[in-house]
Amino acid sequence: MREPLPSIAAPLTRLIEEFYKLPGIGPKSAQRLAYYLLRTPASEAQALADAILEVKEKIRFCSVCQNVTDADPCRICQSDSRDRSVVCVVEEPMDIVAVERTRYRGLYHVLHGAISPIDGIGPEELKVAELLKRLRPDEVKEIILATNPNLEGEATAMYLARLLSPLGVKVTKLARGLPAGGDLEYADDITLTRALEGRQEVN
Amino acid sequence: MPATRLYKTEAVVLRQRKLGEADCIMVLYSPAYGKFEAKARGVRKTTSRLAGHIQPLNRCLLQLAQGHVSDVVTGCQTLDSFRRLREDLERLSRALYAVELLEKMTPEHVPGVPTYRLLVETLERLETAPDSGIDIAVRYFEMRLLDLSGFRPEIMVCLACGLPLRPQENFFAPASGGTLCPACAPQALVTRDLSLNALKVLRLLQKGSYREMGGLRMPPDLADEVERHLRSYVVHVLERDLRAAAFVERLRREAQPIARPHIVVNTSGDISTTVERVARDMGE
Repeated sequence: MREPLPSIAAPLTRLIEEFYKLPGIGPKSAQRLAYYLLRTPASEAQALADAILEVKEKIRFCSVCQNVTDADPCRICQSDSRDRSVVCVVEEPMDIVAVERTRYRGLYHVLHGAISPIDGIGPEELKVAELLKRLRPDEVKEIILATNPNLEGEATAMYLARLLSPLGVKVTKLARGLPAGGDLEYADDITLTRALEGRQEVN
Repeated sequence: MPATRLYKTEAVVLRQRKLGEADCIMVLYSPAYGKFEAKARGVRKTTSRLAGHIQPLNRCLLQLAQGHVSDVVTGCQTLDSFRRLREDLERLSRALYAVELLEKMTPEHVPGVPTYRLLVETLERLETAPDSGIDIAVRYFEMRLLDLSGFRPEIMVCLACGLPLRPQENFFAPASGGTLCPACAPQALVTRDLSLNALKVLRLLQKGSYREMGGLRMPPDLADEVERHLRSYVVHVLERDLRAAAFVERLRREAQPIARPHIVVNTSGDISTTVERVARDMGE
């Protein structure tokens, strides 16, 4: 960050610098946020500070599925209404939120990333060992690989499939195809090829 | 960069990194502009028209607009997505290694038609070569890229005394830039034993065409040795190791029974005779 102007009070400069560290926040946004907080009542600033501290204090990773949670095991892992024979493997905790919008009611496992050899992210940087540890063949019947349909996600899915298939569980992968609201004309050939392969009979 | 604001070029996507909410910065390699970066907007949304076309390892036709900081992708059409390469973890890992090597080895904005051709040919080879040939395709790429980048190792003569190497066990010294004979080797700081067969394979990689590699069958220890020498030289030139190499190693370790098919020794003849035959064909 550039040298702060001497006319800005030191505590304010500190707050601007802290905001500037956040992803997607540039120097101008950081200043705007800081001056906005300056104008709000002290109670609101306190609420924000408390919320940040509470998150850091109470949120941790679920020891079973590695999702972020305030209770261990997390609510999904504890729930009785869930189908315990299916585990959906996702890259990030936010992916669970997306899958939860569907009718899927099985369990999850969060890898916290995807294999990206060029960035030096290998399987050991992900929660792969934790996935292997929790799999009991008598309980888990199917593993759904729900990694992103990009190079890193595909590499992760291929790696996991190779690792899991000797264990005798059914390993499936989300279908690849055309997105809703998409455009056939602009589809790339890999997506189109897979959409053709996975075509379904219309009754 | 051309004078017009919009320009078109063919390029291979080397890699992507995320930027902001839904954008990406892409590292591209094109024959006309060499390695350069461009921004692609909104490509992490599911309905993006560009997303599928700008995946890493795609060869595509791009339309770009000059920007203040980096150029922006305005259109993209896939020319070749090397699909078989993407669906096989072994091939994919080698391709990622090749792409990382190219990215680290080449400067920005220096046109490189031969380098581009080598990259595309290597990706094609990694897609179509038999399982036993993918590592040879990578070694060939390493040697040729070193050549094109001006780091061709000297493997014909001893670097210290200048005399041609005798057909015996010699030494490879990455820091000196090539081979040393047994008499001169003690002068160098770091040397590695270089077997006669490995020397022949290295010379073949440097001078032969890729088609001649088809006759090459290496037992595991020889393939290892050749890879070690080339890797040590690459690491010396780059002054760092390649990250994708660790992943390739890991795949090999984990898949002992199925991976590394090139270690299957050719049953029709002894390895040394194969290497010697190819060397003889080269008029050595």
